[in-house]
Amino acid sequence: MPLQFPSDNVGIVKPQTIHFDEDLPLRSGKSLNGFDLVFETYGELNSDRSNAILICHALSGDHHAAGYHSDADTKTGWWDNCIGPGKAIDTDQFFVVSLNNLGGCAGSTGPASIDPATGKYFGPDFPVVTVRDWVNSQAMLSDRLGITRWAAVVGGSLGGMQVMRWAISYPDRIGHAVCIATAPKLSAQNIAFNEVARQSITNDANFYGGRYLDAGTYPKRGLMLARMVGHITYLSDSAMGSKFGKSTTAYDPNGDKFGRDLRSGTLSFGFDLDFQVESYLHYQGERFSENFDANTYLLMTKALDYFDPAIDFGGDLSRAFEQASCKFLVMSFSTDWRFPPARSREIVDYLLKAKKEVSYLEIEAEQGHDSFLLPIPRYIGGFKAYLTRVFEELSKDAA
Amino acid sequence: MRPDLEIIQNWITPKSRVLDLGCGDGSLLNYLRLKKNVNGIGLEIDADNIESCIEKGVNVIEQNIDEGLTNFQSNSFDTVLLTQTLQASSKPDLLVDEMLRIGEYGVITFPNFGNWKSRLSLASNGRMPVSKFMPHNWYDTPNIHFCTVKDFDALCMEKNVTVLTRTVVDSQHQGNWAMKAWPNFLGEIAIYHITKNS
Repeated sequence: MPLQFPSDNVGIVKPQTIHFDEDLPLRSGKSLNGFDLVFETYGELNSDRSNAILICHALSGDHHAAGYHSDADTKTGWWDNCIGPGKAIDTDQFFVVSLNNLGGCAGSTGPASIDPATGKYFGPDFPVVTVRDWVNSQAMLSDRLGITRWAAVVGGSLGGMQVMRWAISYPDRIGHAVCIATAPKLSAQNIAFNEVARQSITNDANFYGGRYLDAGTYPKRGLMLARMVGHITYLSDSAMGSKFGKSTTAYDPNGDKFGRDLRSGTLSFGFDLDFQVESYLHYQGERFSENFDANTYLLMTKALDYFDPAIDFGGDLSRAFEQASCKFLVMSFSTDWRFPPARSREIVDYLLKAKKEVSYLEIEAEQGHDSFLLPIPRYIGGFKAYLTRVFEELSKDAA
Repeated sequence: MRPDLEIIQNWITPKSRVLDLGCGDGSLLNYLRLKKNVNGIGLEIDADNIESCIEKGVNVIEQNIDEGLTNFQSNSFDTVLLTQTLQASSKPDLLVDEMLRIGEYGVITFPNFGNWKSRLSLASNGRMPVSKFMPHNWYDTPNIHFCTVKDFDALCMEKNVTVLTRTVVDSQHQGNWAMKAWPNFLGEIAIYHITKNS
């Protein structure tokens, strides 16, 4: 219960909601007739409205990226390691906007919202939205906030894909693109994992074809399983090893070299949970399933699967990137096997082919894909140095 | 202003595209950016150097030159720089090929092992020269491919590479008439401006 917040924390933040009456034409050919976007802001917008940074969230993220919602709040926003006074995204310098994407379940219009046309939950009738649709809706939000040009658009994983889309679709509205732990499109293996997650949700007896809210229930086990599979891909083998593998043998929970920690001192010789990693995954899945909407999870995985900005350019990503006029910072992490460094290098290579200005950092980190959320010194250092430079450029332009 | 940068910048066209292989802390690219408004990109593997580049606003890519440059398109840069890195690369001859595949011009600087001090040190001590200028022991030196001005001239000849300018300077990056007359004997640092033979 942090009554006294650390000096590098943004403190208590309050989400805001903006309603849009406008139609949003979607990539699928459908359209959304009016919608809400919920967002938070940190820091102050300067007088020429040039110091704004947009945060794009990943699969399970939302608008609450930094700070606390109340004095009683025990958990900070999901990217509090990177956003705050003096942090990499320095709220003493920048005005930071973080929203919940369309189709989300944290306040923006999504499958768990009421469809005004029917008075019922959207459920499975909520249209499939893509990264491009999100970015279009983010541009509408920018208009409402009076931000014609973002100093930087920043995101990790699925968030990094939105950043690339910003650079390609709105070249005049973005100064710098920061793409972290992401990929130019999903690999077959990435899609395969997503399909396992989707199948686990849709095959839950409580899924009811996506109309579980109407039925007064939700596919808890399916969502849990989906999250467990996903969670494995966010961690590295070594990170799991150091978290759950301290025992020297499976039978020695007190050892410290090699092995797999047991929940209790003995094997059960049954099919219950024996190892710590199992109960950890169960706990993570359970917690997630209580706070996340299953239909949103399906939508987010589809947005990932469909992302491929090269598609409008005959499959040539460099031609897509030729549209961009911003500078790029790309960062990857050595043990990330969901979007490994090789995928980030692909982005860099296509940017080079498109003759764009790009910097690339490949950070040694043990924690896998999740590294982008963590305070890894070299990552934070490079990130901060880059954005400090962005801020100095702004000040120079204003002078 | 380091005199070698002064020499090199004369060869760089304003607003051209420059790739710096082993760009260090980004000083050269930053100088070229401010002085010639170049569109520059550096390659570097040292974490502190990379952060220094970013602090300066110099584009830097974390990439090991020894693992190849195949990700760079042919003729995608005007000039490719290689300062004080040739002797530390695993395949210097192939690196020269790659430089002139990627860029129209190449600029290479390297310590001249043919310098009289190295010769004297080796001749009198019978051991690999260690000096302020070349401070490493033979076993821990990153400089695994030392060469002399004559050696490099021969390589250029062999590869049919055109040497536009060859300058040698001392470790303070100063040159004089004597060095011009006996570059391989008096020069401590060699600076080459090369291009493909048309």
